[in-house]
Amino acid sequence: MGKMSVDLCGITLDNPVIPASGTFGYGYEFAELYDINILGTFSFKGTTKDPRFGNPTPRIAECTAGMINAVGLQNPGVEKVISEELPKMRKVFRKKVMANVSGFSIEDYAYTCEKLDKCEEVGWLEVNVSCPNVHGGGMSFGTSPEAAAEVTKAVKKVTTKPVIIKLSPNVTDIVSIAKACEEAGADGISLINTLLGMRIDLKTKKPVIANKMGGFSGSAIFPVAVRMVYQVANAVNIPVVGMGGVSKAEDVIELMLAGATAVEIGAQNLIDPFCARDIINDLPMVMEKYGINSLSDIIGGAK
Amino acid sequence: MKQSLFTIKENRPLTKDVYLMRLEGDTSDITAPGQFVNIKLDGLFLRRPISVNDVEGNVLTIIYKVVGTGTEQMKEMKSGTLDILTGLGNGYDTSLSGENVLLVGGGVGVPPLYMLAKKLIKEGKKVGVILGFNTESEVFFEEEFKALGCDVTVTTVDGSRGVKGFVTNALESFPDAAYFYTCGPEPMLKALYNATSIEGQFSFEERMGCGFGACMGCSCKTLYGNKRICKDGPVLKKEEIIWEK
Repeated sequence: MGKMSVDLCGITLDNPVIPASGTFGYGYEFAELYDINILGTFSFKGTTKDPRFGNPTPRIAECTAGMINAVGLQNPGVEKVISEELPKMRKVFRKKVMANVSGFSIEDYAYTCEKLDKCEEVGWLEVNVSCPNVHGGGMSFGTSPEAAAEVTKAVKKVTTKPVIIKLSPNVTDIVSIAKACEEAGADGISLINTLLGMRIDLKTKKPVIANKMGGFSGSAIFPVAVRMVYQVANAVNIPVVGMGGVSKAEDVIELMLAGATAVEIGAQNLIDPFCARDIINDLPMVMEKYGINSLSDIIGGAK
Repeated sequence: MKQSLFTIKENRPLTKDVYLMRLEGDTSDITAPGQFVNIKLDGLFLRRPISVNDVEGNVLTIIYKVVGTGTEQMKEMKSGTLDILTGLGNGYDTSLSGENVLLVGGGVGVPPLYMLAKKLIKEGKKVGVILGFNTESEVFFEEEFKALGCDVTVTTVDGSRGVKGFVTNALESFPDAAYFYTCGPEPMLKALYNATSIEGQFSFEERMGCGFGACMGCSCKTLYGNKRICKDGPVLKKEEIIWEK
């Protein structure tokens, strides 16, 4: 294992850097810019059982040090993802990829995961029980330990691949939900998804986003991510993938010290398309600066 | 798409709130009129997408209207460098234009039509131009289009200059036009769509996250399936447009 490599649920990553779902498409827009095989892996666009157009526009609003999105899980549906997107992705990315899955019922989750389980290029299933954008959707699963556990159990039944449950920060007790997922058989936890937010346009005096509310992300939310990763990593015995406002190599190390085995990068990809590459390039220098010999040694190092 | 630093060479007002900025840098990824660039500004999270007005060698010209925090910041810039993503969007396809073309621009929809007009004139085509504004003090680039050899008609809503009314009120001045290209506010685009029987291409605007096709922030429905305004657009053909708003 190299100095930057980590083990995520039995699969070795060359480095812990993972572009987050919804900010990296299926990789090929970024593959035009640099060889994306330098990434640890990436989590592709959230996939649902049926095709979805998502929410009306505007779907995007700016905030101080961040943004709100209410895309609403636009995707072509799992059948087309497998038949059209994954073959295209395969041409530009040779490593195991993380498949991100959303659903509106237990059956939806199981259906989509069972299909993706058959895909050789998929290494992990990242099950989003937390997307705050869809009315009556993912939110309800991620806000209750029982519902999150039920999704976990249903998904575990249909796949042999590692299942990582992606949690919402919009809850009162993140630890109880993470623990419930672990007890239900989850192989890992990823967090944090976006924080529910809203902006109002002073000129029109109406919400900026057509859906009114959306998910707040970007560097402003980083301290919330550090806190929640720390709380969860200290409560469970399965790997935690940390994310939320990561924009530089130092942030990756900070989240790993908080307990993350690997780190996802979200909104920063949208404003700086080279950031994942630059973070990977910067990591050795930053490790040396802080006297870190191996990244896998520092996981959960902050007590 | 390329990310590179551009040096500000010029930044001056064309009207009360419309500015022209000339920048020097790597323009090699700008391949078609109607494309846009995405500009990083200090202290603001999202980049600002602005249409390309012209490219000459390594000089990029953009024209922007001051509408908010980002453009307020831009209008004060006199020198220095800007981090810009170039080569974004599909741009206008001139291969479909035929020989007698009409360009219709409204307000800050006018700028990208300039580079398009240059290309069409170079291709030996006859180019008519309708430039629509609210009032005389807002008119810009009329002389620049004339200098290219275009036949230009200006419209103003209040009649203070040119034809009184909307761009659609000037359509009868160009009875021989067989194809059109347009950019402007959505109500104008829709009015033009309904007022013309000829085919054409429309450039759309939408709030964007990334500007290069990754975030699905600016999606729209078309008769040819879902498209991203930033990557599969901003230019859509008349035949594929579905009006939703």
